[in-house]
Amino acid sequence: MIAAPAIVEAIIRRLGSAVVLQPTGDRIPTVWVKKDHVHGLLHHLKHEVEQPYKMLYDLTAIDERMRTHRDGQPPSDFTVVYHLLSFDRNEYVRIKVALAEARLSLPSIVDIWPAANWYEREVWDMFGIVFDGHPHLQRILMPKSWVGHPLRKDHPARATEMGPYQLPPEKELAEQEALRFRPEDWGMSRARDDADFVFLNVGPQHPGTHGVLRIALQLDGEEIVDAVPDIGFHHRGAEKMGERQSWHTYIPYTDRIDYLGGVMNNLAYLTAMEKLAGIEVPPRAQVIRVMLAELFRIISHLVWYGTLAQDLGQMSPVFYTFNDRERAFGIIEAICGARMHPGWFRIGGVAADLPHGWESMFRDFITYLPPRLVEYDREVLQNRIFKGRTIGIGSYTVDEAIEWGVTGPNLRACGFEWDFRKRQPYSGYEQFEFDIPTAQTGDCYGRAAVRAEEMRQSLRIIEQCVNNMPEGPYTSDHPLATPPVKARTMHDIETLITHFLSVSWGPVIPPGEALGAIEATKGNNGYYLVSDGSTMSYRTRIRTPSFPHMQMLALICRGVMVPDLIAILGAMDFVLADIDR
Amino acid sequence: MTSPYPMFSILGMLFGALTIAAGLIWLERRLLALWQDRYGPNRVGPFGLLQVVADGVKIFMKEDWIPPFADKPVFILAPAIIMLTALLSFAVLPVAPGIIISDLNIGLLFVLALSSLGVYSVVLAGWSSNNKYALLGGMRAAAQMISYEVFMGLSLMGVVLQAGSFSLPAIVDAQRELWFVIPQFLGFVLFLIAGLAETRRTPFDLPEAESELVAGYHSEYSGMKFGMFFVGEYLGVTLISAMITVLFFGGWLGPILPPIVWFLLKTLFFISCFILVRASLPRPRFDRLMSWGWKVMLPLALANLIVTGALVLAWR
Repeated sequence: MIAAPAIVEAIIRRLGSAVVLQPTGDRIPTVWVKKDHVHGLLHHLKHEVEQPYKMLYDLTAIDERMRTHRDGQPPSDFTVVYHLLSFDRNEYVRIKVALAEARLSLPSIVDIWPAANWYEREVWDMFGIVFDGHPHLQRILMPKSWVGHPLRKDHPARATEMGPYQLPPEKELAEQEALRFRPEDWGMSRARDDADFVFLNVGPQHPGTHGVLRIALQLDGEEIVDAVPDIGFHHRGAEKMGERQSWHTYIPYTDRIDYLGGVMNNLAYLTAMEKLAGIEVPPRAQVIRVMLAELFRIISHLVWYGTLAQDLGQMSPVFYTFNDRERAFGIIEAICGARMHPGWFRIGGVAADLPHGWESMFRDFITYLPPRLVEYDREVLQNRIFKGRTIGIGSYTVDEAIEWGVTGPNLRACGFEWDFRKRQPYSGYEQFEFDIPTAQTGDCYGRAAVRAEEMRQSLRIIEQCVNNMPEGPYTSDHPLATPPVKARTMHDIETLITHFLSVSWGPVIPPGEALGAIEATKGNNGYYLVSDGSTMSYRTRIRTPSFPHMQMLALICRGVMVPDLIAILGAMDFVLADIDR
Repeated sequence: MTSPYPMFSILGMLFGALTIAAGLIWLERRLLALWQDRYGPNRVGPFGLLQVVADGVKIFMKEDWIPPFADKPVFILAPAIIMLTALLSFAVLPVAPGIIISDLNIGLLFVLALSSLGVYSVVLAGWSSNNKYALLGGMRAAAQMISYEVFMGLSLMGVVLQAGSFSLPAIVDAQRELWFVIPQFLGFVLFLIAGLAETRRTPFDLPEAESELVAGYHSEYSGMKFGMFFVGEYLGVTLISAMITVLFFGGWLGPILPPIVWFLLKTLFFISCFILVRASLPRPRFDRLMSWGWKVMLPLALANLIVTGALVLAWR
């Protein structure tokens, strides 16, 4: 990096020689600072610099103990990584802190960003790094009784490495005791001066939570005094799996992160991967990707539309929207051969060319859907009871949204026109014409209206894709593109071996780091990948939009009633796998 | 006008009411499916009609489980109450001239009284289940019933004033010239809404609101006890539809077809309306429902009563 970005110079001016710079594949300024400086620096970046970094985009860690390619990086056993986002600069900055295994602690930044609360808990849960001054440093994704920290390299990745599961009676009792609900553990008091509170356990099995989410409610009558989400029931170790799957075979796992988003997840993962590998995706592949990703945005929003109406007691729309979704899946199936989780994008392109007749399928859908959307607007959005249930419910301001890391339609519902497809175009989005729908209210109705309009914009993008589909290859001819090009094999033994290795082991991605972030169905989905020059990722960090959204729940549902909680959850549009990974 | 063979009428009415209530399970599922672009039950028997039998067999065979933490006697009593009150109301329902079990001269009051008693079923079920969701459902039911009961009775007083009687056959007879739905249109609308609330159907299904309270007051019920709540609800729907027919749409009156057919057709029409409402509307929030009941519906019902009273007085 020859010309250091302005922010790096500012950090160097502030901290002097204690700062180490690290070049990365994604060109995000990456700065190593000392543990004692990090709290002050982050505060400075959020509050004092010009064009401040208002959003804590992500906070995670890397277990560096097994990493071999660490050229120019300070010695570190565990590295804590902060990703900050500045909307004014339209830039990220990455701050890294090196920790020695003997002293795994650093100051908490919950006092700077309340959103850091869950992220720091997750880092503690996964790596055992202590954040001094954290108000409630407990396990968040793993069960309370779990032994060890799963994302450490010495923690087994497969059940077969762990020995058979035993449940002796005393352990059973201890496990059950760990499940006992004590309001004090959740930061709740049992009574107010004159009355006792009711504690209502919503979930993990509850029709209104859209999955295995648990919320402990502190109720005064039907009014919510406090609500504490308890997550982790859907945790499947997606990040750990990233460390034992090859770069190529991890693609289908990403489908299951936001399981309504299908190939949209592939796109996020591959955006990061291709930055890391330096692969240019050919135009046709880019447009195919955009077209399918936008179709999945519609699919995801259709599910959200129907289920929101159902959460509010309206029985029918969910059947209509699921019917439409079925049509969209017909197209997905014709192209990809699978429906919800096609895993169809490949490193450097897509799995196959579009089949014959794909245009007419899309054109049918483009003419079919708009009248249906008008019908749903009349049935749901314009319904007076629906309005009564959503207007003014669960509202937050732009500042609050940024403070808590809210992205996507939930951010745009507050009137902030920020769409990563426009602001940081990827996969050729800069070539498309579309509007960014916003709402001004920041309440449940605003979120609903934004999503309803987004479907129309996605249709516009798809139409442009259909009309302007470029000719050419559907996958890159870069040597790391997977599967490798068949024409290059069978010439001599060398080409045969190379082909065999890149098919059986998959590509070897050069060492480095990259963050790839896209505007996914629910907000910003980012993959932060660390390669150690192997066939597998060294660290796969998945930043999902639903995680910070859910963290905000307590803030926006204090003082509302139980039915409003369901409206807030419905309008938030989260997916449990997207929260728990 | 009571039938000369009372046992015959009683058995006929009991059988008819239960058959209709059971048939409604099929009808509702088929109609909802029709409006929601799907098929509904169509495998068991012709048009899926025997689905009801299959459901009945299933529900009878289920383990009759009472949660250990429940208040056992009350828990058992609660579903019985809803069946009992709903079925008793049918005693005063005039299906056709001569087909009525008991022509009480206070028939209308009898029906209103029994429907008020019906709410005990829901409240007691919510209370005795000893489950917070059930309790919340029961509390909502109690509040909702109190609010909507008041103007339910008031909305019918216009009809009583015009007919000059509380007896249901007399009210039907009074509509030979003109169905009461025309002079009492406001009363009809109010009664329709109150009737929806009384049967706890969408948009007034807050006591069981499945997306919020899981299943509300009957969360802990299973097997035939749950089935009784279910049948009780359909009996309620049938009863309210029959009452609308009797009070506002001339009961059995109608040309050409036999009176009983007219009565059944009209009742069926309103039952279908109830199902259509369920297919289309979302659920308002509990507190708004209450304030709407007290602040809008009640004053309207009172105004309706006063205006009708004044007009009737002036007419005489």
